[in-house]
Amino acid sequence: MLRFIARRVLETIPVLLIIATATFFMMRLAPGGPFDTEKQVSKEVRARMEAHYGLDKPLFEQYLLQMKHLLQGDLGPSFKYPKRTVNEIIADAFPVSLELGCEALAVALALGLLAGMVASLKQNSFWDHFPMSLAMLGLCVPTFVMGPLLISAFALHLDWFNAAGWFFPRDRVLPALTLGAYYAAYIARLARGGFLDILHQDFIRTAQAKGASGARILLRHAMRGGLLPVVSFLGPAIAGLLTGSFVVETIFGIPGLGRFFVTAAFNRDYFMVMGSVLFYAVFVIVLNLAADIALVWLNPRLRFE
Amino acid sequence: MKAELTLQPAEAMGAEPSASFWKDAWHRLWKNKLAIFGLAVIAIMSLLCFAEPLLCRYVIGYSYEQQNLALGPAPPSRAHWLGTDALGRDLLARLLYGGRISLMVGLCATAVSLTIGVIYGAIAGFAGDKLDMVMMRTVDILYALPFTIFVILLMVFFGQNLVLLFVAIGAIEWLTMARIVRGQVMSLKHQEFVEAARALGLRHGRILFRHIVPNMLGPIIVYATLTVPEVMLLEAFLSFLGLGVQPPQSSWGVLIKEGAEMMEVYPWLLIYPALLLALTLFCLNFLGDGLRDALDVRGSKD
Repeated sequence: MLRFIARRVLETIPVLLIIATATFFMMRLAPGGPFDTEKQVSKEVRARMEAHYGLDKPLFEQYLLQMKHLLQGDLGPSFKYPKRTVNEIIADAFPVSLELGCEALAVALALGLLAGMVASLKQNSFWDHFPMSLAMLGLCVPTFVMGPLLISAFALHLDWFNAAGWFFPRDRVLPALTLGAYYAAYIARLARGGFLDILHQDFIRTAQAKGASGARILLRHAMRGGLLPVVSFLGPAIAGLLTGSFVVETIFGIPGLGRFFVTAAFNRDYFMVMGSVLFYAVFVIVLNLAADIALVWLNPRLRFE
Repeated sequence: MKAELTLQPAEAMGAEPSASFWKDAWHRLWKNKLAIFGLAVIAIMSLLCFAEPLLCRYVIGYSYEQQNLALGPAPPSRAHWLGTDALGRDLLARLLYGGRISLMVGLCATAVSLTIGVIYGAIAGFAGDKLDMVMMRTVDILYALPFTIFVILLMVFFGQNLVLLFVAIGAIEWLTMARIVRGQVMSLKHQEFVEAARALGLRHGRILFRHIVPNMLGPIIVYATLTVPEVMLLEAFLSFLGLGVQPPQSSWGVLIKEGAEMMEVYPWLLIYPALLLALTLFCLNFLGDGLRDALDVRGSKD
């Protein structure tokens, strides 16, 4: 197990190096630069600014310099917000995205597992067809349709929530629902499949024969195996929640990292783009590793591989 | 010459699924009413969208870019069946035109991912050993990356052109296909008809792409059908962030974005495109599920 984790951690080093290199050269090869937009600045001012940020050096030298800074954990300054470093911006904005992501994941797991388990216990009844049709619907209604629809219904017509903003606890409800709905639907389908596989196996019948109650069979005997497909989906789900939050942050006006990232790319804010890409990559890789470890823990057969 | 002759029975026996296999599959699909409904809707929708220039000229009477600023956004009426947008452009014409772009992105990007995935997976599975290990570890690692972020960067930096969109989306969707194909190749490559082909002295490439690949058409078709809605969703997502196609062109994602901005005042601008996109995705998913049952493919989703 330790060897497995060590190998996976070592593997991330070349991966991050490749990501950083690809991002760096992609940005520099792209037309346009950080000082091209908005108000025109004179040639001298522009040259001074480029010299200040080291953008006048040969490309390869810049690359080595940035790699050196990155290794030291210094993500550099932001062009757009000259008073702040990228580290500070991420430290400010990421907790917001993280909170939104966690709440959406909680919504997705709660709704999805509940629907999936009920559907598998009552297979081919109303309690199977109804939640599964809802899940199909959830898979086909994209976040950016769900968001406006929820706003229109619950914020504008019923006036239960604010249409946008991130100030009060209840401001979290609609964004979390919007972001979590798709994953709830996906998890419901996976959980139903997982539990159906398990519930038809012999050891479940043995437990039934020994008189175990329905709840005990579900929680004590079927849970571990039934959850496997859901757990293996968590890695991709987390990556999806991260990128999905770009849209949700835009719709609800939430000051999270997703919005900073997209604007930074438009503004050619080189260091900000590099910083957020690497930050996202590390985050996703770590969470994927955690999901894999959980999978091995749940499924002892994998331990020998 | 002799090799060619003896090849015939081998192909007839195993190399390609017999005609009755596809006939049976079609029977099973036909019994699945939801899947057939999905197929019918997709067919009609594609037909309408691709006939858009003709329909616009002879039936609707407005082109997708024809503005009528005096009219502005008008609710559905006899002249404009689904209403008009903020610039007075006919929504129906724009929906058909946008549908053509969305469906085209769906098909082309799926084709790109299909090509990469099948070739990559087939080579990995057929080669086995070290090469297979390296190739599949690469896929595992790529799986863990936040790829959408790269697509966003690509689209921001290199402009919103359609071909780049196909390639970028196709390039991130091929991973699952590669895994599925590799698994299939692994299970097929030790069967008798492959041994026979090998005994005849065929080259590896020919064995792989003439004999093995046709045998995995089932899983490939099923997974491709399920990739199309994913790709269309991704295109709509990019368009929503302002990274898709450029105006006056449109796609369903662009129309939804425009509609969402004005949904309180002009709700039809959001409702119709959203409905159309959701319906298409719904039908494609039903069709994919139905095909999976009909072709008896297991575990092709994920």
